[in-house]
Amino acid sequence: MIKLNVNGQERAYDGDPEMPLLWYLRDELGLVGTKFGCGIAACGACTIHVGGSAVRSCQTPVSAADGQPVITIEGLSPDGNHPLQAAWRDLNVSQCGYCQTGQIMQAASLLKDTPKPTDADIDSAMSGNLCRCGTYPRIRAAIKQAAGVTPKAQGERL
Amino acid sequence: MNLMSPLSAAEPASALSNVSRRGLLGGAGALVLALSLRTPPARAAETQFGADAMPNGWRDDPTLFVAIAPDGTVTVTCHRSEMGQGVRTSIALVVADELEADWAKVKVAQAEGDEARFGNQDTDGSRSLRHFFMPMRRAGAAARAMLIAAAAKEWGVPAAEVTAENHVLRHAKSGRQTGYGEMAKAASGLPVPQGDAVRLKDASAFRYIGKGQIGLIDNRDITTGRATYGLDTRLDGMLYAVVAHPPVFGGTVKSFDAAETLKVPGVVKVVPIDPPAPPVEFQPLGGVAVIAKNTWAAIKGREALKITWDDGPNASYDSDAYRAQLEEAARKPGKVVRQEGDVDAAMKGAAKRVEAEYYIPHLVQAPMEPPAATVRIRDGQVEVWAATQAPQATRDRVAKRLGIGADKVTVHVTLLGGGFGRKSKPDYVVEAALCSQAMGGTPVKLTWTREDDLHHGYYHTVSVERLEAGLDAKGMPVAWLHRSVAPTIGSIFAAGADHEIPIELGMGLVNTPFAIPNLRMENPSAPAHVRIGWFRSVSNIPHAFAIQSFVAELAHAAGRDPKDYLLDLIGPARIIDPVKIGDAWNYGEDPARYPIDTGRLRRVIEAAATGIGWGRKVEKGRGLGIAGHYSFVTYTAAAAEVEVGPKGEITVHQVDIAVDCGPQVNPERVRSQLEGAVVMGMGLALTAEISFKNGRTVQDNLDTYELTRIDAAPKTINVHLLPGQDYGKPLGGVGEPGVPPVAPAIVNAVFAATGRRIRQLPLRDKLSA
Repeated sequence: MIKLNVNGQERAYDGDPEMPLLWYLRDELGLVGTKFGCGIAACGACTIHVGGSAVRSCQTPVSAADGQPVITIEGLSPDGNHPLQAAWRDLNVSQCGYCQTGQIMQAASLLKDTPKPTDADIDSAMSGNLCRCGTYPRIRAAIKQAAGVTPKAQGERL
Repeated sequence: MNLMSPLSAAEPASALSNVSRRGLLGGAGALVLALSLRTPPARAAETQFGADAMPNGWRDDPTLFVAIAPDGTVTVTCHRSEMGQGVRTSIALVVADELEADWAKVKVAQAEGDEARFGNQDTDGSRSLRHFFMPMRRAGAAARAMLIAAAAKEWGVPAAEVTAENHVLRHAKSGRQTGYGEMAKAASGLPVPQGDAVRLKDASAFRYIGKGQIGLIDNRDITTGRATYGLDTRLDGMLYAVVAHPPVFGGTVKSFDAAETLKVPGVVKVVPIDPPAPPVEFQPLGGVAVIAKNTWAAIKGREALKITWDDGPNASYDSDAYRAQLEEAARKPGKVVRQEGDVDAAMKGAAKRVEAEYYIPHLVQAPMEPPAATVRIRDGQVEVWAATQAPQATRDRVAKRLGIGADKVTVHVTLLGGGFGRKSKPDYVVEAALCSQAMGGTPVKLTWTREDDLHHGYYHTVSVERLEAGLDAKGMPVAWLHRSVAPTIGSIFAAGADHEIPIELGMGLVNTPFAIPNLRMENPSAPAHVRIGWFRSVSNIPHAFAIQSFVAELAHAAGRDPKDYLLDLIGPARIIDPVKIGDAWNYGEDPARYPIDTGRLRRVIEAAATGIGWGRKVEKGRGLGIAGHYSFVTYTAAAAEVEVGPKGEITVHQVDIAVDCGPQVNPERVRSQLEGAVVMGMGLALTAEISFKNGRTVQDNLDTYELTRIDAAPKTINVHLLPGQDYGKPLGGVGEPGVPPVAPAIVNAVFAATGRRIRQLPLRDKLSA
């Protein structure tokens, strides 16, 4: 029996211990904010926090999270107003939005370790997260805004 | 299609409603502006362009698209699929503007797939706002007029004295006012204004259109993980499926052994899927489906299958050999698709001849959400939840394969985690339907893994483009020959089709708007060995890459500045009738309303040049490149600053992209589409390639099908929107026109930086040798 704490809730799991957390979260718990993109940790859409660190849930077996706190996008903040979530909305970062939960979870991990990231820090932390819509300029801007590196944009750019 | 089919009286259940339509429609006193099921007014027989020319046309009926609840909440029904272009926000803001609605009270519901009811829903071709700006304005304006009429009636005053502003109805003389919610029920009983009785706002009174102040309607759901994509459907008792597809297109299952699969815990059933009968169109590829209690078990079960395949006629498809075949074809005369003057004579008399061949490989759309769909069958009714760009085609193909009427199939359209053309083809939805059917109707969610997506795609064509020019003494072309050789999308609709179809020829081949006296475009034969399908911007990608690279080569041969040379080649500002240069298609638009305007093309090129600082001195190892292109009745140009390092490593520092798409509905989303187009264009320029060996796709996943990441993306992308606030002018496309000029701008910049001309995409390591 594997015991986990997912977004503050105690969970017990006795299925295949090798099942990636991605499918456990999505199919068993219904936490579908964590996305499937590649299954080989090449795109970052499935990024969550395990034991306080960003991991690719598609390559992390449930067994690896035994006894550890797991945070998904649904549990990142109680009201959906984490500074990154707010900045993402403020700058209209998303296009299709599919990769953005993984982007936000990865960025949250970056800001936890590096509260005032440089461009190089952002490149290094975020390059594992693909966005096929190409929202990178706004992802970068939103991270900086959430970090207070740049002031909140004044109105919309027209 | 089924224009004449009976209209369903069922409420528009929606996978995307931010409000419950059920509650809206069924609750006591709830109002929907008269849910009329009347047939739309007949369109004039002679109209055949734009939305009128699309299957099932458009509906001039506010009751289909606008609902107002007693609390004043306005629900706009969006009948176009959201895949990142922002259409749910943009459609809603158009309706809200004409309705004089308070944006804070606007919600969006997603229409199910039902073109007889909603009009055309194919979300492709950069058409949503182009075709539906005016219909949605009319819907909002008609609903506003009905609210005004209701208030006037209630107050016993002339309607002309009642105003509607920001969700408030007011009679100034008497000082009376009320809200939209209060008047909604009364309004719903009034006649719907028709034809010219619908009075649109003056553009100067626009509240949202053209302003770009609106946040995305789905912003909160997306950032909190609550947004529901095709992969996210959850139903009680749902099972999960993946399919083992033939590794080679056209292959079939000879035999299979599922014994080991059925031992995998969680696997429920193994279901063979029949191969398609040609033409392949949107049919499943066949193979063996594994149905399980979760996705992981289905994937493990698929790995355990023992399948012997018959690889079929494409077993030897090899992209290197095919390239040689295309090059050979490009060096011989082919089917003439446009001809002016006498190219051969002019070539003979030219002072100088230049020729070049360009190669652009297969690509795959690879939306971040792979194809996925869920199907449930109960009491003969089929319900589909799918990420689809083609809701009606999905409905029809599911019905056809199950052998039932389309009226028995309901398609709920989810958000799409990207589309780029892949999700216009509902083969994966039909697979889900077959799996549910095999399970006696139990809901089944079918997922394509990324490997499926790369191995079994509807690939962007592969292309050899050969160009020859004869230059006069000043270095300007007197003769121009372009041979485009590429397998066609037509091959999925007609087995054996081997010439580009009009929509491909019209994407920047025949409609090249250059002022050259002698021109010939040819299209030699190219048989397809894989499924060819739409990829964002489609044939504009190879055509623009080749033409805009070649123009820069000619400029170099003439010893001239590439930007000035390009402008000279386009010639003076003038209006060209596309039909007269061999393009009767013209993106489906009326050539009188949408002629090619070379002045607009010149202006975007100049704007991109100004943006990048054309002509400035750049650091050592860097260069500037530029390209312009007309596509989707929009004009776009890109200018790039690129650095090539000592080991051939390429850095794209800055891209300036300029667009003239006519009037802009939501400039903020136009910008985002252009920013994204730069990144996608850069990916296909530098890293992305799908190749084949022994009929099989070489690239397995996103580690080897390399797309642009944040560290490689340009640190500076400047989008220049040319003035577009004249709403009397026709709208151009936005989603696709940004991509085509990006790759040639980058490759031209590489030439400027290094003096090396690369004629093959992706550039990848081609500068390291």
